[in-house]
Amino acid sequence: MSEDRKQSSFGADTQSDIFSKETEGLSQSQIVRKRFFQHKAAMTSLFVLLGIVFFVFSAQSISLGPVKYPGWWKYDYEQISDLRIAECEGGVVGCPSLDVLPSFIDGTPMQIGEHPFGQDDIGRDYFAMVMRGAQRSLLVMVIIGTLGAALGTVIGAIAGFFRGWVDAILMRFTDFIITVPTIVLGSVIGYHFGNLGAVFLAFFLGIFAWTGISRLVRGEFLKLRELEFVDAARVAGASTRRIIFKHILPNAVGVIIVSATLLMSGAILLETGLSYLGFGVVPPDVSLGLLISSYQDAFTVRPWLFWWPGIFIIAVALCVNFIGDGLRDAFDPRQRRGMSRKDKASLARGESK
Amino acid sequence: MLLVILFGSSYLLYNLQALSGDPLAEFKTSRDPEVESQIKATIEQLRLDVPAPLRYFIWLRGVLGIFIGQPDFGKVRTGEPVGEILIDAIPVTIRLVFGATIIAILLGITIGVVTALRQYSRFDYSMTFVAFLMFSLPIFWVAVLLKEFMAIQFNNFLSEPNIPTGWIIGIAGFVALFFGAILGRSRRTFWIGFFSAGGFTALLLAIIDARGWILEPGIGPIFFAVMAILIAFGVTQISMGVGHKPSLYASLSVAVAGAITYFPMQSLFKRESQVTVLLGGLVVALVIAGIATMIFARIDRGPVYRTSSITAFIIGIIMIVDKLMQTWGPYVSSGDVQYRPVPTIGERNPLIETTDFWVALLDTLLHMFLPTIALTLIGFAGYVRYTRGTLLDVLNQDYIRTARAKGLNERTVIMRHAFRNTMIPIVTLLVVDFASVVGGALITENVFAWRGMGTLFRQAIGTFDLNLLMGIFFVTATLALVANLVADLLYSALDPRVRVGSGK
Repeated sequence: MSEDRKQSSFGADTQSDIFSKETEGLSQSQIVRKRFFQHKAAMTSLFVLLGIVFFVFSAQSISLGPVKYPGWWKYDYEQISDLRIAECEGGVVGCPSLDVLPSFIDGTPMQIGEHPFGQDDIGRDYFAMVMRGAQRSLLVMVIIGTLGAALGTVIGAIAGFFRGWVDAILMRFTDFIITVPTIVLGSVIGYHFGNLGAVFLAFFLGIFAWTGISRLVRGEFLKLRELEFVDAARVAGASTRRIIFKHILPNAVGVIIVSATLLMSGAILLETGLSYLGFGVVPPDVSLGLLISSYQDAFTVRPWLFWWPGIFIIAVALCVNFIGDGLRDAFDPRQRRGMSRKDKASLARGESK
Repeated sequence: MLLVILFGSSYLLYNLQALSGDPLAEFKTSRDPEVESQIKATIEQLRLDVPAPLRYFIWLRGVLGIFIGQPDFGKVRTGEPVGEILIDAIPVTIRLVFGATIIAILLGITIGVVTALRQYSRFDYSMTFVAFLMFSLPIFWVAVLLKEFMAIQFNNFLSEPNIPTGWIIGIAGFVALFFGAILGRSRRTFWIGFFSAGGFTALLLAIIDARGWILEPGIGPIFFAVMAILIAFGVTQISMGVGHKPSLYASLSVAVAGAITYFPMQSLFKRESQVTVLLGGLVVALVIAGIATMIFARIDRGPVYRTSSITAFIIGIIMIVDKLMQTWGPYVSSGDVQYRPVPTIGERNPLIETTDFWVALLDTLLHMFLPTIALTLIGFAGYVRYTRGTLLDVLNQDYIRTARAKGLNERTVIMRHAFRNTMIPIVTLLVVDFASVVGGALITENVFAWRGMGTLFRQAIGTFDLNLLMGIFFVTATLALVANLVADLLYSALDPRVRVGSGK
C-alpha cells in the first residue's frame, strides 16, 4: 500500500519537476512569450513576414489622407513603358531582368535590371504590379482576420457562457450566416460598390467571416465554465463580467489567437479565389489573385506572369501558418518542446540528466 | 428550427441577388428591332413585374410543392426546368468531391498518425512543412501547374515511354527516404527501411522500363497472388499483429481464395452487367471472410472478421485495378485518345462512345485524375495537422499511461486506445467538410471545366438567374444544415462530457 502511494506521488513529483525547471518564477504571458521565441520556425516566419510587409509597403506609393508616401520603386503599377525585347530568349517580350545567380554559375552577372519581374502584355512593370497586389492582399488579410476574430470571440463567448436560449439563438444565427455563400456576397458588393476598392470588400467579407471562430470559442467556453476555478470564482462572489473577462477569456485566448491566424491565412486565399472568379478586387486595381487569373493562360509563353504573384501568396500564407503553429505550441501547457520521449522517460524513471 | 434558418437565409440570398444586377441589362444595349417584345417576354417569364421581396414567395410556393410530390424550382433563363439541370449537375460534383475527400482522409489520417508517433523527428518536421505548404496554395495555381506537368508533359512522355536512369535513382531515393523516416526509430532501422524500400523501388522501375510495362500494364496472376499474401500479412500486422494466429490464418485463407478466383473473375469481367458482377463480388468476398473467421476463430470473432474482410476488400480493389490496367493499353492507343490519356479539361471524353463498362470507367477515372489530385493536395493537409494534434493530446492522457502500465503492447495502445479517441473530433470535422466541400469545388470545377454545380453557380451569378441560383442554394444549404446537425449529434453522442442546451 505504502509502496503504491509512493509510486504514484513519485510520478506526480517528476511531472511538476519538468514544469518547474522550464517555468520557474514566470507569469503565464512570460512563459508563452518564452516558448514562442524558442520556436525556430515561427520566429523565422515572423521575421520573413515582417520583411515582406515592409518591402511590399515601401515599394509602392501609399496615401493616407493628405499624406502621400511615394515609394522607392521607380515605376508605378499603372505606368506603361516600352517592352523589353533585346535580351529575351525565344522571341518573347517583357521577360524578367532579374538574375540572382552570380556570373560564375550561369555566365551572366547578378543584376536587378530595369524590370526585375518582367512586364505584362502591354508593358506595365510587373514588379510594381506584384507589389501593389501584395499590398492589397495583405490589407484584406489583416482586416478580415481582425474583424472576424473580434466578432467571433464576442458572439462565441456570449453563447458559450450563457448557454440556454441565448446560445440557441446565436448559434442558429451562426448557421444562418454559414449558409449564405460568400461568393454571392462578393458579387453583390462587386456590382454595387466595386469602385470603393479592396478595403471596403475586406470589411464586408470580415463581417461574415466570424462563424468558424465563434463556434470554437463557444466550445471552449462551454468546456471552461464547467471547471472548478470558475465555480470557485463564482462562490467568491465574482460578477459575471469579471468571470468572463478575468477568468475564462485568458484561458481561451490561445484558441482565439491561433484560429485568428488561421483565418488570416484563409482570408488571403479567399481574396485570391474571389478575385480569380471575378468577384473580388476589380481592375484597374490589382491583387495577387487577379494577377494569377488574368495571366493563367500565359503560363507556357510567359511563365513569370504566373510565378511571381503565386510565390508571394504562398510565402505570406506559409509564414502566417507557421506563426499560428508557434503560437499554438506556446499557448498549450502540455507541450514541452525539445524534449524527446527518451528524455521524458528517463525523467520519469527519476534518472538525472 | 432548421426550416426557419433555411427560410431566412434563402430570403436574404434571393433579395441580395436580385439587388446585385439587372437581368434586362443585355437588352439595354441591344439594337435588335424586336427588343421591346423580348423585354416583355423576359419580364413575363421571370415575373419581373412583381418586386423581388414578393417574388420570392412565388418561388417558395413552387418549392413547397415538394411536400405534395410536385416540386417546382422554376425555369432557367434558357427555358429548361431547374430541377432537371440540377439532377444532371449534382452527380458530377459529388464524383469530384467524393473521391478527393476519401483519398484526403485516408492519406491525411495515416500521415497524421505517423507524424504524431514520430513527434519532432525529421519526418515530422518535413511533413509539417509540406502540410503548411499545401494549406497555403491557391487551388487554381496548383491546377495550372498540374495541367502543365502532370498532363501535358506526362502525355509527351507517354509517346516515348522510357524512364531515364537519373529519374529511377531520384524516385527510388525519395521513396527510400520516406520509408526510412517512417520506419526509423534507431539508425539501424532507418537504414534497413531506406535500403529495402529504395532497392525495391529501383528494381520495380527498372523492370517496368525494360518490359514496356507503361503501355501494356497488368499485374498478372503470379504477382497478384504474391500481393494478396503480402496484403494479408500487412493488414493483420496493423490490426491484430501477426502473432495473433486466428487473424493471420483467416486473412491468409482469404488471400488464397482471392488468388484462386483470379481466373474466373477475368471471364466474369467480360459479361454485360458489370455492376451486378462487382456487387456480387463484394458480397462473395465478405462471405468468404466470414467463413474463414468461423473456421479459425472460436472467441473474439469481431476483430478477426474485421481484419479478414478488410483484406478481402483490398484484394478486390487490386483485382479491379488489374482489370483497368488491362484496359489501359487498348484505350491509350485508340484513335480517340492517341497516346494523350491525361486530359486537362472536362469530365469525360465526348469522342468515346462505348458501351464497354471498363473503358468508360477508365475514361472517367482519367478525367478525375487532375482535379482529384488538386483537391486532395489541399484537403489532406488539414487532416494531417488535425490528426497529429488530436493524437498527441490523447497520448498525453492518463488512460494511455494506464494502458501502457498494465502491459499492453504498443500497437494495441495506439490502435485501440489512442486512435479511437482521436477519431471523435475527426469524425465531426469530416461531416462538416463533406458539406462545405461542395461549395469549395467551385473554383476547381471552373479551372477544369466540369459541368457541375460550381459552374452552374457561376453561370447563375453571371446571368442574374435567380431560379437557378436558388435551386443550387437549396441543395447546398440543405446539405450544410444536415451536416451541422449530424456533427452536433455525433459530438454529444461520442463525448458524453459535452452538455448542450441543458439550461443552467
